[in-house]
Amino acid sequence: MDLSTTLSADALVIDGIPLNSRLIMGTGGAPSMEGLSEALAASGTELTTVAMRRYTPETGASLFQLLHSQGIRILPNTAGCFTAREAVLTAELGREALETNWVKLEVIADEHTLLPDSLELVEAAETLVSRGFTVFAYTNDDPVLALRLEQLGAAVVMPLGAPIGTGLGILNPHNIELIVSRAGVPIVLDAGIGTASDAAFAMELGCDAVLLATAVTRAQDPVAMAAAFRHAVLAGRLASRAGRIPKREHALASSPHDGRADL
Amino acid sequence: MNALAKTVTVNGVQSATLAPDLLHFVAELTSRNLTSTGQPADGSRLGVAVAVNSAVIPRSEWSGWELTEGDDIELVTAVQGG
Repeated sequence: MDLSTTLSADALVIDGIPLNSRLIMGTGGAPSMEGLSEALAASGTELTTVAMRRYTPETGASLFQLLHSQGIRILPNTAGCFTAREAVLTAELGREALETNWVKLEVIADEHTLLPDSLELVEAAETLVSRGFTVFAYTNDDPVLALRLEQLGAAVVMPLGAPIGTGLGILNPHNIELIVSRAGVPIVLDAGIGTASDAAFAMELGCDAVLLATAVTRAQDPVAMAAAFRHAVLAGRLASRAGRIPKREHALASSPHDGRADL
Repeated sequence: MNALAKTVTVNGVQSATLAPDLLHFVAELTSRNLTSTGQPADGSRLGVAVAVNSAVIPRSEWSGWELTEGDDIELVTAVQGG
């Protein structure tokens, strides 16, 4: 198969919907709507997360309209929810407002760590699956919980690389690799990404996609960083499928030994 | 205040309205002209959702949904978020 065929036949399919970019962008943290729009375009993303908050006459539904006009599919999240009850209600508001069954389910334990509360997460995931949602479950990098979320019907499991907004990269690559190796649904590395190499690494570990926001929106040059991630995700994906060389204890010359000049 | 006005709470703020139903109230709050399906008359999409007393009311039910004195209404939309 030639390279262009490899690339074009490599869509990530979720719920029957093909996504040609394996970079999912969050919109959080952008200082302006114009800057966000440019960064989204530079990232090449086809799916982007939003939060659900109170309507104000000043901003109206401008983000919804912007994403709609850019042709980017919307993934409402349940950010800011601490209980399953709040998360389910927020998901239902997102479904109603944005006309999508897709939801990034995020149930946070506390403001300090922003780490997922696993018990509330499981309860909310079960409820949302039973109500017909396509659940993207944001979870700790716990291989046991990841599998449980898949078994109870999550369409996508999204383990964190590191806590939200830290940019620490992938703190436990072994766990991510283990999650990927046992998964029957797409695995998206979500949260903790700091720079392009982190995203490439996630893809090399076998993740199906990467979700990030802060790393782009709070970079000094968000548009350039968005482009960097676009290439990094593609590079990591290609590398993961191309079959890397095994690691060796000792050097292995790539130039031939035979035919050297007698110097 | 008009005798027919009802006092409700919208996004945490008390407000009096004469709107006969939720459809008209949402139209008033968003300054959009809505059809009975709860979508803008100009064919665009509204992008908001409504919860009354912590229950989401689908837009198809806004028409004819009478407000009750003291209703706690949340009107939400998409904002930037991870």
